[in-house]
Amino acid sequence: MSYIEVNHITKSFKVAKKKSGLKESFKSFFKRDYKIVEAVKDISFSIEKGEIVGYIGPNGAGKSTTIKILSGILTPDSGKCKVGKHTPWQDRKEYVKKIGVVFGQRSQLWWDIPAEDTFDLLKDIYDIPEERYLKTKEELVEKLNLKDIINVPVRQLSLGQRMRCEIAASLLHEPEILFLDEPTIGLDAISKQLVRDFIKRINKEKKTTIILTTHDMSDIDALAKRIILIGKGQVLYDGSLQKLKNNYANKKYISVNTKDAINIRTKGVLKKEKTKYGYSFIIDSKQLNISEFLNIISKKVQIEDVEIDNENLDNMIVNLYEDLKI
Amino acid sequence: MRAYLSYFKLRFITHLQYRAAAWAGIATQVFFGFVYIMVYIAFYESGSASLPMELPQLITYIWLNQALLSLVNLFYKDQELFSLVKTGNIVYELARPKNLYFMWYFKIIGERLSKVVLRAIPFIIFLIFLPEPYKISLPASTGHFILFLSTMTAGTLLMTSIIALYPIITMHTLNEKGVVGIIISISDIFSGLVVPIPFFPKFLQTISKCMPFQYVSDLPFRIYVGNIGIEQGIEGLLIQLIWIIILMLLGYILMQKSLKKVVVQGG
Ligand SMILES: Nc1ncnc2c1ncn2[C@@H]1O[C@H](COP(=O)(O)OP(=O)(O)OP(=O)(O)O)[C@@H](O)[C@H]1O
Ligand SMILES: [Mg+2]
Repeated sequence: MSYIEVNHITKSFKVAKKKSGLKESFKSFFKRDYKIVEAVKDISFSIEKGEIVGYIGPNGAGKSTTIKILSGILTPDSGKCKVGKHTPWQDRKEYVKKIGVVFGQRSQLWWDIPAEDTFDLLKDIYDIPEERYLKTKEELVEKLNLKDIINVPVRQLSLGQRMRCEIAASLLHEPEILFLDEPTIGLDAISKQLVRDFIKRINKEKKTTIILTTHDMSDIDALAKRIILIGKGQVLYDGSLQKLKNNYANKKYISVNTKDAINIRTKGVLKKEKTKYGYSFIIDSKQLNISEFLNIISKKVQIEDVEIDNENLDNMIVNLYEDLKI
Repeated sequence: MRAYLSYFKLRFITHLQYRAAAWAGIATQVFFGFVYIMVYIAFYESGSASLPMELPQLITYIWLNQALLSLVNLFYKDQELFSLVKTGNIVYELARPKNLYFMWYFKIIGERLSKVVLRAIPFIIFLIFLPEPYKISLPASTGHFILFLSTMTAGTLLMTSIIALYPIITMHTLNEKGVVGIIISISDIFSGLVVPIPFFPKFLQTISKCMPFQYVSDLPFRIYVGNIGIEQGIEGLLIQLIWIIILMLLGYILMQKSLKKVVVQGG
């Protein structure tokens, strides 16, 4: 039995179809048409204690819905879920003491007062003993570099500063599990790095189990060994990130700077494109290895410069979404 | 309990920051106070039949009404709670190990009290220096005053129980206009905020007695001015308590129901 067990969870939303136009509006006053949106369809997976799992998928795939179900906020239409000994939506009050949630697109901090005041409130909400609270707070302030920002009214903080405070707020009660729904949205490179390092650190030091959704593949690359990919509400892939990468690892991006024209029709060249300084190619290194490829073109043209890249994770995901038709 | 008091405290402190809004509020309330009083003076001078309240009593009623408006008006919609529901920021409230109904209840009282406290001192000074005939009178007696304080406290709880229902209903309807709008219109009339209950025709008074709204402010104000006797006042206090229990129970149950099928807006 794993720590988190999700079995055949399904959740759909009933949305009123709003039609435009006066006549239609008038009609809908008397009779509403509803449409059922299946946000999550028959999802199952299990997660061990201390894992970091990247939960990815395109917009509208059902990621946030899953997180809300797992954190006890939404009740699914059917299916089972156990986290430790709790069913999230049934023992909500007991259960939420053990989890922390961050919704990157929303805020739990009070807008008009400093973050530290919200922290104090959370201390009372979670019944955190004074000493424990002070210790955890100090630790978070140090690791997330909050010293100069927790005494400023939240509305005066930049997005990145606020997000760091949000993350701290979710961890004051030292949860066993942390759900992060797009925690790095809108952050600059430095803040992202800081947040990532921090997440890694608490996972290591406190064995916090972490489920993370993001559209930034470098987050996943930095944090998660395992990913669960969903599309249209269904799990499409559940396994190691490395394996997924290997499937695409044979794709190489080669840009060649040259003034001459290149004509090449060898098998293994997947794509050729004219660029400002020459050409860019995508080749399949299983069919055509790189030195062979360079050999061929260097015989024909004068090469000024070459650059070889692996498939980057973002492109990989785009291709994957396309391959899976989601 | 401590957590709920913290909610109260934080809401209270936060709203004490809004000084400018408080001055604007005082100005409007003073303005409306004068308008109401002048209309009634004209009405009384026209000398129509037997009137249910003496003029000084009525004037005091009006000033109490304006000074304590934040504790008695039932058309108040707590924008923060509404936006929690409508934008989906409620996710964080749902992820707390405390009862959402009481969290909201204490948030509302905190905000409402901060408004009155902020305005109290300037308002009292203003009322002291008012000339005749606009002056506010002292309570009818010490007994009346004590009973006024008790019914005012109960009235504040009753007010909170009523306006806490608005965002909860909105969780079902996702629209604060429909059902909530209707309740607000009815409560506005039957609270006595526009016209004190004694001026209502008999049958409307009977209807009003079956609803909680007149017990929010009409009761304590009329006790203060002596329009309601001690005995009847104590009876009123009991009715207040019954309504508080009924409405809090209703709110609590509705909230539990909503939580089971809440649809959080947005992803
Ligand atoms: N409150 C709601 N009412 C109606 N439909 C909803 C609601 N919440 C989500 N949905 C629908 O459920 C589906 C999944 O939404 P969800 O927010 O889980 O997606 P997501 O994977 O988090 O997407 P994103 O990457 O854009 O955040 C979408 O089609 C969305 O329209
Ligand atoms: Mg989402």
